[in-house]
Amino acid sequence: MTDPGQAVKESSAPPPAVLAGRKALMAVIFGTVFGFLLQKGGVGKYNVLLGQLLLQDFTVAKVMLTAIVVGMSGVFTLHHFAKANLHLQPTKIGAQIIGGTVFGIGFALIAYCPGTGPVALGQGSWDVLFGMAGLIAGSHLFAEMSGWLKRTVETWGDQGKVMLPDLLHLPRGVFVPLFALILIIGLFLLEHFTHH
Amino acid sequence: MKVWSPYVVGAGIGILSWFTFATADKPIGITTAFEYSAALTEQAAAPEVTQPYIEAKAKDGKVPKIDWEWMLVLGVFIGAYFSSKMSGDRAPGEQVPGLWGWRFGTSQRKRHAGAFLGGVIMMLGARIAQGCTSGHAISGILQLSLSSWIFAPVMGVAGMAVAFLIYGKEGRNHV
Repeated sequence: MTDPGQAVKESSAPPPAVLAGRKALMAVIFGTVFGFLLQKGGVGKYNVLLGQLLLQDFTVAKVMLTAIVVGMSGVFTLHHFAKANLHLQPTKIGAQIIGGTVFGIGFALIAYCPGTGPVALGQGSWDVLFGMAGLIAGSHLFAEMSGWLKRTVETWGDQGKVMLPDLLHLPRGVFVPLFALILIIGLFLLEHFTHH
Repeated sequence: MKVWSPYVVGAGIGILSWFTFATADKPIGITTAFEYSAALTEQAAAPEVTQPYIEAKAKDGKVPKIDWEWMLVLGVFIGAYFSSKMSGDRAPGEQVPGLWGWRFGTSQRKRHAGAFLGGVIMMLGARIAQGCTSGHAISGILQLSLSSWIFAPVMGVAGMAVAFLIYGKEGRNHV
């Protein structure tokens, strides 16, 4: 339903333990561009990130909304012409509500997220090293709890892969441009009513 | 220039996502890199304890490895280093960010403890929800996945609530 055939062929060979060669190089290059952009956006900075949560500095919202409009338009166009696959996470209402809440609580404390953490480190903000150690420890903690979570939280509201256009019974060709327009209007409002 | 327009940065990230989808067949995501790093260190430190978990994961085709996302994270560090170096926008050795210092004082230990605790809680949430600010709030949102459209607003509201609990309205004058 979500994919008109596998547009990009995946190899059937098991992946190597350490990614090497051209694929690894490309991943490092993609990451370098991503990190460069995030740093230039200022979103690897504690005050900018907390400023967003305190609704004082809207840099993070502006970066994300623009990335979403541009990314969505391109990715759905690529997908329409069978040049890209979509990769949706299954909707598990309980897991995403509880996970989102827990993540948000941690966010207000550490400020750096898993993506902007390495940005902060590259910038020289060393407090992030303790945050990243925490991230790895948190992953251990999850692994310890995973059996229990699988039986409980992850079964609550398991809907499989769901997309907004399907939910609203709208064709993607209608939903995507309409939605892009709404997000662009939102960006204009943000720019108009905020100082940062 | 130290800081670019958020619209230029956002557009750049959006375009980058076209390329990761089209050439690597992957959305931008970070959580898995931390998941695998944790699994690999655990495997090395206490193999007998982790074996059942690793085996369960292997059934889903998820064997911990230094993979695409891991290389992506490495790149993020490199890119941010060069960006900050080129424009002199660096915080060399910063241990206590400004806003934190205003609220909790300049004790490094306190900030380290706060960052560590925040990291533990954050990654627990990311693993439960199966994604983070990158995987859900950018990649999933732009694919119009319902999962991400639940995760991101919930995360935002929880984050704001706790940020206001910690810093209060007065904190807004210190960012």
